[in-house]
Amino acid sequence: MSEAQLKDLEEIFEQRIANDEKIEPKDWMPEKYRKTHIRQISQHAHSEIVGMLPEGNWITRAPSLRRKVALLAKVQDEAGHGLYLYSACETLGISRDELYDQLHSGKAKYSSIFNYPTITWADMGAIGWLVDGAAIINQVPLCNTSYGPYARAMIRVCKEESFHQRQGFEIMMSLCNGTEVQKQMAQDALNRWWWPSLMMLGPVDAESVHTEQSMKWKLKRKTNDELRQQFIDQTVPQADILGITVPDPDLKWNEETGHYDFGEIDWDEFWQVVKGHGPCNKERMNARVGAWEEGTWVRDAAMAYAEKQQNKKENQAKAV
Amino acid sequence: MKTNLYNYILELADNCLIGGQRLGELCGHGPSLETDIACTNISLDLFGQTRSYFQYAADIKGGDATEDSIAFLRYEREYKNVLLVEQPNRDFAYTIARQYLFDVFHLLLLEKLQFSQDMTLSAIAKKSIKEVSYHVRFSGDWVKRLGDGTEESHEKMQAAIDGLWTYTNELFEVTEEAKALAEQGIGVDVSKLKETYYQNVTSLLQEATLTVPESKYFQKGGKAGIHTEHMGYLLADMQYMQRAYPNMNW
Repeated sequence: MSEAQLKDLEEIFEQRIANDEKIEPKDWMPEKYRKTHIRQISQHAHSEIVGMLPEGNWITRAPSLRRKVALLAKVQDEAGHGLYLYSACETLGISRDELYDQLHSGKAKYSSIFNYPTITWADMGAIGWLVDGAAIINQVPLCNTSYGPYARAMIRVCKEESFHQRQGFEIMMSLCNGTEVQKQMAQDALNRWWWPSLMMLGPVDAESVHTEQSMKWKLKRKTNDELRQQFIDQTVPQADILGITVPDPDLKWNEETGHYDFGEIDWDEFWQVVKGHGPCNKERMNARVGAWEEGTWVRDAAMAYAEKQQNKKENQAKAV
Repeated sequence: MKTNLYNYILELADNCLIGGQRLGELCGHGPSLETDIACTNISLDLFGQTRSYFQYAADIKGGDATEDSIAFLRYEREYKNVLLVEQPNRDFAYTIARQYLFDVFHLLLLEKLQFSQDMTLSAIAKKSIKEVSYHVRFSGDWVKRLGDGTEESHEKMQAAIDGLWTYTNELFEVTEEAKALAEQGIGVDVSKLKETYYQNVTSLLQEATLTVPESKYFQKGGKAGIHTEHMGYLLADMQYMQRAYPNMNW
């Protein structure tokens, strides 16, 4: 392909994005668009799969049968999200095994929030309420993103996430309407999950390396700081309803801007966790790599069995 | 209180509760996303069935009893599940073998229980049959895949069947309660399911190129509340919140 031809294709492509047309797997796309999407969609898929671990930690100990069933169903939904996000990613010409390799080798990232430990039952409430709440804010705009398979996967993901968020809030509500011990448990969980939830929306705009390009491709529709402000504005009144206090002494409603002002985020902590040195990075990776390696013989058996069955069928067909 | 019926419901439900709990441990740790989702599904079905049974049991018991007090606040000796379902997830072959050996029995049981003179038990059985038919298919397919897969998977599957075989005979033990209720057309005489069970299992194991264990030595005790050493740890986990924070709503 000549340079002029390539330039034409690029122009047509940019025009289609500008017209809000969807890009489909077989359409021509710039290599950078493909790579950026693989990075973001797989990062999202990995976050779902790693995100199963902190909540899976409480399935065997859930305090009632109703809560146990809801938690199991929620973690199962996350596995489902992982499945269709990996599938969406595969349409860009990369295999699931390659994607797993990237996760297991540390080359691919996942949401840093899942590197925090879940140490009380209230963490199941706080994760649903705050972490899924922040995730929705991040994800709703993606339902209109330019890459078709991703946009369609996100529509379903968002519906389920919003259910999870309500479920988490309801867990918090039960605690806050409960005994003193339960209220303390809820407050403690908010204290531990608040700041990591704000960090989850990504570094400040000035330091976000991918934002500009991603905005152009509609892979991102609002900047990290805008999303973070939206999250805070929406969540603080919910904490008021629960009767628990957001752990930020500088948090204050600003009449002029119509938003909450908030205190300094500890970005050193964020980068420490992103770089692999959070409280549970090693545990999470060991769990994923362990499950994958221990499962090798199972996956090999399934392949071998399928092959044998196929051979049998072919031999039978030959005999006829 | 209808003591026989109450105890009989526990005998039915505890298998679902403890089996569901064991599968729940695996959530997020399966050999593939697809098996992870399937095992969680089965666990969810079993907990759903547990809740239907325990809600009924709580009605019968009356007073402050709830599905949760029955599920979480008994002593180990009061749980009536068979020893098979409490066996740990040593590896995926053990999980599948435990599930398969239980699922075949579970389906045969429900197919009889649906004709119970007790309308609630009959309704629970009818609803559960749909779910458990899928469980048998899932676990049976995996016994075949692992049995007739690679040399390694064959060995592991055989080891799991050999290891768990000793717990199969207990499935057909008839307790006093079950006997009395079977005579009234409410319960199921499980001893009558034994022949079909071993026929079905034998045929599938053979198809999976596995050897049917010949051991005639079996373990029992679960139905009388005498469990294996694994049970205490399972309960410590499961009951943790209810024991640490008594009398609270969640």
